[in-house]
Amino acid sequence: MIVIQNVTKTFGTGASALIDVSLQIDKGEFVFLVGPSGSGKTTLLRMLIRDVLPTQGSIIVNDWDIVKLPSSKVPHLRKKIGVVFQDLKLLTDRTIGENIMLPLEMAQMGHREAMNRVEEILEQVGIASHKDKFPIQLSGGELQRTAIARALVFSPDILLADEPTGNLDMATSWEIVKVLQDINKTGTTVVMATHNTDIVNSLLKRIVTLEKGKLVRDDKRKDQVDKTTKEKDTTKDEGK
Amino acid sequence: MKALRTSWKHLRRSPYQALAAIFIMMQTFFVITIFSFVIYGSAQLIKYFESKPQVTAFFKDEAQPENINALADTLKTSGKVATIRYVSKKEALQIYKQQFKDDPLLLDLVTEGILPASLEISAINIEDLVTISDSLKNSPLVQQVIFPRDVIETLSSITSALRKVGMAIIAVLAVDAIFIMVIIIGIKISQKKEEIEIMRLLSATNWYIRWPFLFEGVFYGVIGAIIGWSLASAVLLYTLPVLRSFFGSVPVLQVHPIYLLGLLGGEIIVATILGVFSSFLAVLRYLK
Repeated sequence: MIVIQNVTKTFGTGASALIDVSLQIDKGEFVFLVGPSGSGKTTLLRMLIRDVLPTQGSIIVNDWDIVKLPSSKVPHLRKKIGVVFQDLKLLTDRTIGENIMLPLEMAQMGHREAMNRVEEILEQVGIASHKDKFPIQLSGGELQRTAIARALVFSPDILLADEPTGNLDMATSWEIVKVLQDINKTGTTVVMATHNTDIVNSLLKRIVTLEKGKLVRDDKRKDQVDKTTKEKDTTKDEGK
Repeated sequence: MKALRTSWKHLRRSPYQALAAIFIMMQTFFVITIFSFVIYGSAQLIKYFESKPQVTAFFKDEAQPENINALADTLKTSGKVATIRYVSKKEALQIYKQQFKDDPLLLDLVTEGILPASLEISAINIEDLVTISDSLKNSPLVQQVIFPRDVIETLSSITSALRKVGMAIIAVLAVDAIFIMVIIIGIKISQKKEEIEIMRLLSATNWYIRWPFLFEGVFYGVIGAIIGWSLASAVLLYTLPVLRSFFGSVPVLQVHPIYLLGLLGGEIIVATILGVFSSFLAVLRYLK
């Protein structure tokens, strides 16, 4: 569960990336974070992994108070939150397998166990045959899948994806979204920042819209809306 | 183990930086080893002179052995004398003959009658030499008193000066080595800034990132120390015959392999400390 309360982020230059944003994301939800460039989507995602701290307000991720979290606990937090970065942040001098294994090495996992986990996760995202290739040998979609695989390697509670379809064609974008949906079905909370209106409008998921750092809309999932409407109607009927 | 592998990868990927770091460490430990030899040799030299009779009293011809023995007994009871040896006229001639056995002319000129009997005395404390010398000079039996105090004092002051100069040079070189290592490891950290940032975002702890750089510093230090020690030892072994013929019977450089290995062991420990210290400084400076 993610609880963001009255969060404001002002940079040293005086520019505000986020202004008084409050938001709650329940466990297992799939949320689209939309808005034009510079609206604060990436800043919000970076705050969730404590890469950036808010100037004001509080952020609770599961039981972690992000603002008060000591630096020594940050690696523990980051194991629980998988991130697909906008620029992927893959190490070009390591193979796909090595890139995915990196977080496991950091956690001191045994080599054999780590290898098994890497193979399993590569299978899950559909790039098992590319394990020994280098990032330069892969297409954009395959690189996105690699980044997703690395983000999932610890089976995190939350997956943050920053523009994962940014530079991809429509067909590949849908493949990536399908992968993220499958992950969401296993109970992982997914927060996806995107510009892709086709995808956002086609999936009946919650949409949070940011503009100039402010939260301007929070459209609940269609099924959630229907459920709420039904509950209201039932109450009215009982009243009659 | 993973950190060691990463260190090795850092070394292979920037061999010239690694060579520069090893070279500066080697230079430092070469000088440390050479000064260790010089200090060890001069300590041996002083020990040799200190083991020799520190005061020699030559007696007049009319002095009788029993009177000389009585004087020796008096000195012994003073508690200041470590050893005392009586050299008779006959023994003095034997020593003379031994020293000049290759010069028959000098041997012919000297007889037992013209060589004086003597007492060779070593003091327990070097400060008591003057008192012993003065008491001997006051004896009517004694013709002349000599003691090589000046030689030992000169040697001691030379050794002390050498030690100070050596320490100063070593300190300057060590500081140089630390600065250069900090710069080299700092450059490596800067080159890997993006990789380090990615690792941090992927849950790496500070120590996961630091360990490979610390091991790298230790590697430079230890390899530099081993090469520096090997070169200095080779120089010593090469020059040893010349030094031995120069110093003659003085055992200035009786170099035992255990001493050399002990020195290497000590240098490896110092190198490890220097390596860890300089890489830690670099890590603190560049990995905030």
